[in-house]
Amino acid sequence: MALLRPRLPPSERFGALAEFATPAALYRACEGVRDAGYTRWDAHAPFPVHGLDRAMGLRASRLPWISLVLALGGAATGMGLQGWVSAIAYPLVISGKPYFSWPAFVPVTFELAVLGGALGAVFGMLALNQLPTLYHPLFGSARFERASDDGFFISIESWDPRFDAERTVELLRRLGATEVELVAS
Amino acid sequence: MSGPSHDPAVPAAELRASALWLPAGHPWRRLPGIGLAMAAAGLGGSLAFGLADPAARTQLWHSWLVGALFVLSVALGGLFFVLLQHATQAGWSVVVRRLAEHAMATLPFLALLFVPLLFGLGDLFHWSHADAVAGDPLLTHKRPYLNVPFFVLRTAAYFAVWSALAIWFGRQSRLQDRSGEHETTRRLRRASAPGLLLFALTVTFAAFDWLMSLDPHWYSTIFGVYFFSGSTVGILAFLSLVAIAARRAGLLSEVISAEHLHDLGKLLFAFVAFWAYIGFSQFFLVWYGNLPEETGFFAVRLSGSWRAASILLAVGHFVVPFFFLLPRTIKRHEGALAAASGWLLLMHLLDLHWLVMPNLHAAGISLGLLDGAALIGSVGAFLAAFGWSLRRSALVPIGDPRLPESLLFENP
Repeated sequence: MALLRPRLPPSERFGALAEFATPAALYRACEGVRDAGYTRWDAHAPFPVHGLDRAMGLRASRLPWISLVLALGGAATGMGLQGWVSAIAYPLVISGKPYFSWPAFVPVTFELAVLGGALGAVFGMLALNQLPTLYHPLFGSARFERASDDGFFISIESWDPRFDAERTVELLRRLGATEVELVAS
Repeated sequence: MSGPSHDPAVPAAELRASALWLPAGHPWRRLPGIGLAMAAAGLGGSLAFGLADPAARTQLWHSWLVGALFVLSVALGGLFFVLLQHATQAGWSVVVRRLAEHAMATLPFLALLFVPLLFGLGDLFHWSHADAVAGDPLLTHKRPYLNVPFFVLRTAAYFAVWSALAIWFGRQSRLQDRSGEHETTRRLRRASAPGLLLFALTVTFAAFDWLMSLDPHWYSTIFGVYFFSGSTVGILAFLSLVAIAARRAGLLSEVISAEHLHDLGKLLFAFVAFWAYIGFSQFFLVWYGNLPEETGFFAVRLSGSWRAASILLAVGHFVVPFFFLLPRTIKRHEGALAAASGWLLLMHLLDLHWLVMPNLHAAGISLGLLDGAALIGSVGAFLAAFGWSLRRSALVPIGDPRLPESLLFENP
């Protein structure tokens, strides 16, 4: 199933994986990788490191827009469905009020807007992160298990235009990596 | 863990040394004088015009009430903000908390604005006339609560509670400036929960008394929350404006950052939505139930030119600021946040005008000189007390143990 597999470099080599001793070393190394002009790479830490998005040079997430569009869509659906049912499909006079009594439709409209926004935030986040992913080449590295314990890593993928096995490994070492390895796809 | 390493003790030590007071000769030091001049001109002019002409007297008290409630609501919002920060042990807000403390420090002085109103009760409140009550079974039924002596007593009690809370919380915070005692922070936190309870009860009943009983046949159990929600929008807009103005005036520019403005903007956004939620809930139940004893309030406000005011309120106090404040960049941008805050203070004033004035001018909006004069006078009185408090202590709670955390605060 394509959905559960990450998009991977079309070569036998996935890329380079470097380990750093501390979050501060990871932070500075990210600045170095960013300034070297790499674009297809990621940082891995067992806990959120504040400011790492800036150090990595990440652009603002598109997630708020997904959430907003789905929230507005939810609101439009709520108001539209109730309005269509009450005024067009089954027009009934209820307690002497007009067919299209918009105040009565506001609670459902509001709830569907919240539902749309929340679902957009959760599933949009999963989609942007390419999750769920059942297998990833980085799992081939025994060292990488510590990314969820006490390890701080940078992985640079081989389809980055600037990727070059020797020079990339050298850059990572220069940026303070304690260990660097090449990972197969 | 933030990227760059830091020693939390350093900024506090630097701040202690640098001048965090209003510098001598700073224009803001003239605020009490300017405020008193505005108060004397506005309130004096109101009384002179309003009392000279018997026909204008009723208008005088209604205009006075709108102006007084406008500044009272901001001051009460300040008290709520301070109590809330202590109750939640907030770290981010320490650098702006003192500004809210100055706002709540005006409460004892604002009691003076309500003293003249006690002479206008007959013009404001239908229920204060014995003959009107005698011929009205509903008012007769409500007489044990709605009578002048008990009303005056309650108002005195509200101001006593608000003043006591404002004075005690302000004083503890100022004492901590010198002592730096951690125990003070714990004491303030412990006191904040019962303080919030007292605040909720007094504000609810004050809103019932001074606003809802203007139309003594009408009732809405959510009314106190409605007044509270508007007041909180008022203080958050006021705090944002003062924080930005202080930065522009060369004060606190190293202390209050875009991060703090961002958080004020987030709270402002949240309370804009909360105000709309409460306002719509109040309208919705009345509209749905469609009972004559409840619909009168909205019938007046949805006919004639009041209808336009109601629509402006819904759009200007909710729809426009909601979408305007939605993006992150707006909340972090000084000019944009200041524009939103100024606009929302104006809308908050419209909200109070919309609550009070249809009781006097049922046919439609009627604005006069007295409205402007009373507003200028009330705002002047507030600014005088605010400016006086501003001169009296440091601009930031320099003894608060969470100050370093607040200075280094960053939004994730």
